[in-house]
Amino acid sequence: MVTTFVFVLTAAVMLVAALVAVLKNNLVHAAMGLVVTLFGTAVLFVLLEAYFLAVAQVVIYVGAIAILIVFSIMLTRRVGADWGQQTNATWPFALLVAGLLTVLLGLMVRGWAAVTAQPASQAVPADMTARLGAALVDPNGYVVPFEVASVLLLAALIGAVYVAWGGRKAEKDAQG
Amino acid sequence: MAFLQDPTVIVEWLRQLFLGWGLSPSLASLLLYVLGALALATGPLLWVIFLIWFERKAVARIQDRLGPNRVGPYGLLQPFADVLKLLTKEDIIPAKADKFLYWLAPILSLAGVLLLWPAVPLGKGIGGNVNVAVLYLVAVGTLSTFAILLAGWSANNKYALLGAFRTVAQMISYEVPIVLALLVPVLLARSMNLQDIVAAQDVWFVVAAPLAALIFFVASIAEVGRTPFDLLEAESEIIAGFHIEYSGMKFAMFFAGEFLHAFTTGVLGAVLFFGGWRGPGAESYPILGLLYLWIKAFLLYFVIVWIRGTFPRIRIDHLLNFSWKFLTPLALVALMVTAVLDKMLAPLGAWPRALALLVANGVIWLATQRWLRGVEKRLQPPMVAQPGEYPVAHYTPPEPQAAEGD
Repeated sequence: MVTTFVFVLTAAVMLVAALVAVLKNNLVHAAMGLVVTLFGTAVLFVLLEAYFLAVAQVVIYVGAIAILIVFSIMLTRRVGADWGQQTNATWPFALLVAGLLTVLLGLMVRGWAAVTAQPASQAVPADMTARLGAALVDPNGYVVPFEVASVLLLAALIGAVYVAWGGRKAEKDAQG
Repeated sequence: MAFLQDPTVIVEWLRQLFLGWGLSPSLASLLLYVLGALALATGPLLWVIFLIWFERKAVARIQDRLGPNRVGPYGLLQPFADVLKLLTKEDIIPAKADKFLYWLAPILSLAGVLLLWPAVPLGKGIGGNVNVAVLYLVAVGTLSTFAILLAGWSANNKYALLGAFRTVAQMISYEVPIVLALLVPVLLARSMNLQDIVAAQDVWFVVAAPLAALIFFVASIAEVGRTPFDLLEAESEIIAGFHIEYSGMKFAMFFAGEFLHAFTTGVLGAVLFFGGWRGPGAESYPILGLLYLWIKAFLLYFVIVWIRGTFPRIRIDHLLNFSWKFLTPLALVALMVTAVLDKMLAPLGAWPRALALLVANGVIWLATQRWLRGVEKRLQPPMVAQPGEYPVAHYTPPEPQAAEGD
């Protein structure tokens, strides 16, 4: 009963925060709405007893991505105080596509047996995190995607450093 | 006196009491959770009152002053006077501030620190027993970054915003070495649960991983934003940084949050590297464990205060270079060496393993020092300025202005 209550509360807060993130003109408020939504996702993970995912969600999305977003907003010239119009002339088409997607997703989820089925009431094993870690580096598990992802991240890192260096070189050239 | 050996009897007694009042079992456990959360939040906040007195007194003695000495014996009641003063101050909200976020920021700042406490094991079987505690600490730490960012932005003051920018640069930079240093005790204990980490410290991890302990300690001071890393509120540069517009109790919440964060750093350092609640007799009397943890944490906290009293502030580019070019590579090397050696030496007992790792850490440190000396030699600036090389400031009197007739 407590779980259901927490779920309903979290879902309501998440919906409101998501609307704030999309509809607010003030960019910093929109970013805060996004943060609250991401926190709500973490709470949902906790309700599903996926503690590692919950904490990882906060570390990655709130700790890194959201802070980056807020920081970049604050670095804009008027600190996100741009009160322009949020939509352009194509908004009816966007609404149509979004509405269709919602309907189709709803139909798909309704036909999916796993949604209505009661979850098997087995406890989540205590060493979930250890299993996840082992699976990530297991040759029979996910070692190839894992390594590919790390190579991708390394490439992004090197790219970022290259871009930063290029900027500095151009500056030096400009100085003579 | 059964609770001395098993503090959970208090919880059981309370549960029976609630059930006796006719509450349903689920409501009773909910009430117990709420009570536990209240106790965990109130205890540290009360402790802050003492910390404020202690820090003011200690820094004063280091700087050859007397410190608080008027209210109460040894000025012990000074924090109460301070709180009364702050409570009666006018609560100012700048006209163009973002009201909601301006209100939210101090609350988040304090909450970010208090949320660290549930993960901390306070004794055998008391306190946090979270499966992913170490990662949780990192996750919660981002809340205080957010609080400072919001405070700086919402006050609509350029100095506050500058403070917020500095904070983000500093906190994101120092998060990297902290996480890398946190991985070392996780590796040694083979668990992210802080209770398991404490239980694995038959030999304190500071013996096996002194470098990781040092990096954790230094980077933690930077995360808290204390001298010598207090650039986010450097009084002489940006006045007070992010909390410049705050007054009264809202300011007090930032203040209390910072003091508590410093002590919490001490607690975490004690748990991760100094055996946490372990000590003679702590196994059978968990209350004693709480006392040991407190003593260790307080000693670490004293070192933080000591550093605050003695070091000057460092410059922002030095600060970032120190993190990215020194602490991060060092933490990476320490992590890799620990991982390989610890796996190789696993069949040995606790002490030989710890000593071997200690030797390895010593070798890394000597190599680092050699490398630093090389860098220093290459970068050595000429000790005597060549004429014309550095601009010299001369005082030029302003042009006499023509007197305006009125």
